[in-house]
Amino acid sequence: MKRFAALFDRLDRTTATNAKLAALVDYFRQAPPADAAWAVRFLTGRRLKRLVNTRELREWTVAASGLPAWLVEDSYEHVGDLAETMHLLLPDSAQNDTSPALHELIEQQVQPLRQLDDDTRRQRVTELWSSLSGTERFLLNKILTGGFRVGVSRRLVTRALAEVAGVDSSLVAHRLMGRWQATPQFFQRLIAPASDDDLDQATPYPFFLASPLEDEPSTLGAAAAWQAEWKWDGIRAQLIRRGGQTFIWSRGEELMEGRFPEIEAAAEALPDGSVLDGEIMAWRDGQPLPFAVLQKRIGRKKPGPKTLQTAPVAFLAYDCLKRGGRDLREQSLSERMAALDQLLTHANDLHRSRIIDFNDWQALPELQAQSRERGVEGLMLKRLASPYQVGRKRGDWWKWKVEPYTFDGVLIYAQPGHGRRSGLFTDYTFAVHDGDELVPVAKAYSGLTQAEIDRLDRWIRNHTRERFGPVRSVEPVHVFELAFEGIQASPRHKSGIAMRFPRIHRWREDLAVTDADRLEDLKKLLPDPPQ
Amino acid sequence: MHKGLLYPDAGGLYCPAGEFWIDPLTPVPRAVITHAHADHARSGNGEVFAAGPGIPVLDHRVGGANTFTACQYGQPFDLGRARVTLFPAGHILGSATVRVETDDGTWGVSGDFKRAPDPTCAPFEPFACDTWLTECTFGLPVYRWQDTGEVIAEILDWWQGCRQQQRPAVLFCYALGKAQRVLAELHGRALGPVWLHGAMQPLTDCYRAQGLGLIDTRPVSEADKGYKFAGDLVMAPPSAAGSPWMRRFPRHSSGFVSGWMRVRGNRRRRGYDRGFILSDHADWPALIKTAQDMAAKRVITIHGNGEALAGYLREQGLDTESWNLRQNLGQRPA
Repeated sequence: MKRFAALFDRLDRTTATNAKLAALVDYFRQAPPADAAWAVRFLTGRRLKRLVNTRELREWTVAASGLPAWLVEDSYEHVGDLAETMHLLLPDSAQNDTSPALHELIEQQVQPLRQLDDDTRRQRVTELWSSLSGTERFLLNKILTGGFRVGVSRRLVTRALAEVAGVDSSLVAHRLMGRWQATPQFFQRLIAPASDDDLDQATPYPFFLASPLEDEPSTLGAAAAWQAEWKWDGIRAQLIRRGGQTFIWSRGEELMEGRFPEIEAAAEALPDGSVLDGEIMAWRDGQPLPFAVLQKRIGRKKPGPKTLQTAPVAFLAYDCLKRGGRDLREQSLSERMAALDQLLTHANDLHRSRIIDFNDWQALPELQAQSRERGVEGLMLKRLASPYQVGRKRGDWWKWKVEPYTFDGVLIYAQPGHGRRSGLFTDYTFAVHDGDELVPVAKAYSGLTQAEIDRLDRWIRNHTRERFGPVRSVEPVHVFELAFEGIQASPRHKSGIAMRFPRIHRWREDLAVTDADRLEDLKKLLPDPPQ
Repeated sequence: MHKGLLYPDAGGLYCPAGEFWIDPLTPVPRAVITHAHADHARSGNGEVFAAGPGIPVLDHRVGGANTFTACQYGQPFDLGRARVTLFPAGHILGSATVRVETDDGTWGVSGDFKRAPDPTCAPFEPFACDTWLTECTFGLPVYRWQDTGEVIAEILDWWQGCRQQQRPAVLFCYALGKAQRVLAELHGRALGPVWLHGAMQPLTDCYRAQGLGLIDTRPVSEADKGYKFAGDLVMAPPSAAGSPWMRRFPRHSSGFVSGWMRVRGNRRRRGYDRGFILSDHADWPALIKTAQDMAAKRVITIHGNGEALAGYLREQGLDTESWNLRQNLGQRPA
């Protein structure tokens, strides 16, 4: 634990990427593999299954600190991170010279908490609090509460491991994909030299991600070197067929067993040793359904017949990463497209994301403008000669999305943010006019500069009308332009509508509250109700 | 309605019996000023009463039209029907708390104060009062300060690390009070010179002129052109962070000395490499201890988010309120 705490301190005490990389490399070289495996797990953002709930943690903090519960809540609202709040409120414990190794702490003390009865669990956690001090106790709390965002990206961890292993970072990225246990053996494999068969064949390849196209497509050079496709608004997924089994992985590296039985059935016709990249879409009669329909399926582990009937899905394949057990990622997109066509002749129920014919760039803006009515987000532009790369590499894959919808809304509620934005009012609720009323229609967290956030925070503190727990209502004065991707009817919301991905475009200081939009105008954007 | 011995009006905190304001927000004919920080000392007042050791700094900050009367700590003087005494607040050089006595009772008013030792100013002196108006900048139990010596050791370690890597160590802190406290703590524990930003130089000179022992300093402006400050300690106010001035310190590591650094998000948001938790304000335990030491039955929080402290003391059986001293000013533009 001491070594891991020292790593955390080194990472936390610099904003320079190279210094963070050096700290990670040093740690992975020196730490025992049993500890390093857990460090990789936490630093790449994988949580432990919930061990204790936050209500219990708050109660125990109240007991251990001797403070009233409301003051613990006030403190949490101010700090914006429960793990840190607990650490700051608990009495200081004596410096200790020995502490358990990271893997011992996790495997022998933290993981068993889940099986204990309430009293014993409380006793164990309180003992851990008094046996650890400083950064170690803070990190224990981070592990207990689950979130472990410490200013290190997964990519940086991957780079450090690749440096230790002396292999390409795309190989380490692949080794980190899918399901794994934090064992010393796993860590040894992570930093092993490259070999042909060190990977479980059901492990997904790292996804290649497109970058947003900011200029006109014509800036990309000759149109003949490019392929255009629709940009689907679904769930990006990788479909693996191997040993008579099908594995569907989401981009969040979740194995979606049993959730999409119609896709699994369609994939049965694929030969072994196939890997496809594509999109899971809500789909009926060759047409996409709104994302809201797909949402009905996302949380369902075992969809029933009714759900399958009202929210049918399909897999739209747009790349082929492996065929006949051969890794095709280094081949060009045109070769992979040919492989995809051949594979899909076996599996008629898997759909092919259509390639759009176009001869010159001038044809594209008109097609892109049809995106909304076609139920897609825009166009994808892919270089025909491009290999399938790892992560977000600019240059070969571009997404050219349609301009978002926008509206002008009035700030009516604010709430403090978390983590880096703790203690600042950064979570806002916006309203539009409905008759004489202002009705809330969207919550947004992003889009303002730090200077604007600071200024707005001061204003909110001085113009609070009422408090509801951490939420404050403010005088309706400030108007903001918000962007959003789509709109759905929603009986759960007072306004009757729900927006997809609302975010702040800019602070409209030139507008007065009366200039904000009206609910009836937003409702005109609703799609026609399905027949 | 009986408004009490002091209350907020359009000028700030007003004492009708003595016809004076404490740390007025707008220019007034007669003011008692607790210390020279900008949120307490403003220019344009007529008569100004302040603690003697604070006058040179106050004069530097808000001189001009003000007529200063230097008061001795612990020596009562009369203003109208009120008897006023200044006591050391332990916040910065020449900082004071104010005791106001009239036939209606005794009130104590803090500007800002701390209970931790500080080589640059006289230590806080409690006095008995009926009503205690307390600052509570750090009015939550998450704010607890460690020993000053430990923090200075952390700063020295960091500086030493920068020296080994031949990088400048740029330490940000408030130009008045905190900077000189750090320079005094470093005195005898490290070898200077420490480089100072222009905004810190005259204030540091004020401190030296009063005989305080500070580590050797030099203004950054006197460094040779092209000098890289490798391994040197440079001190600057937070406003210099991110400014073109910082280009003089290539590859620097940055630190910020402030009580706010106790919360990690505060540091990360500002983008400092290191946060050193050292404050010139009372921490939560000291705010509570002080309310007890003043023996007041009634505690009113001012300056800061006082509701948590007021609520806590109320549960301890005290009569408490939170005042917003700006409530009678025109609304601040957003």
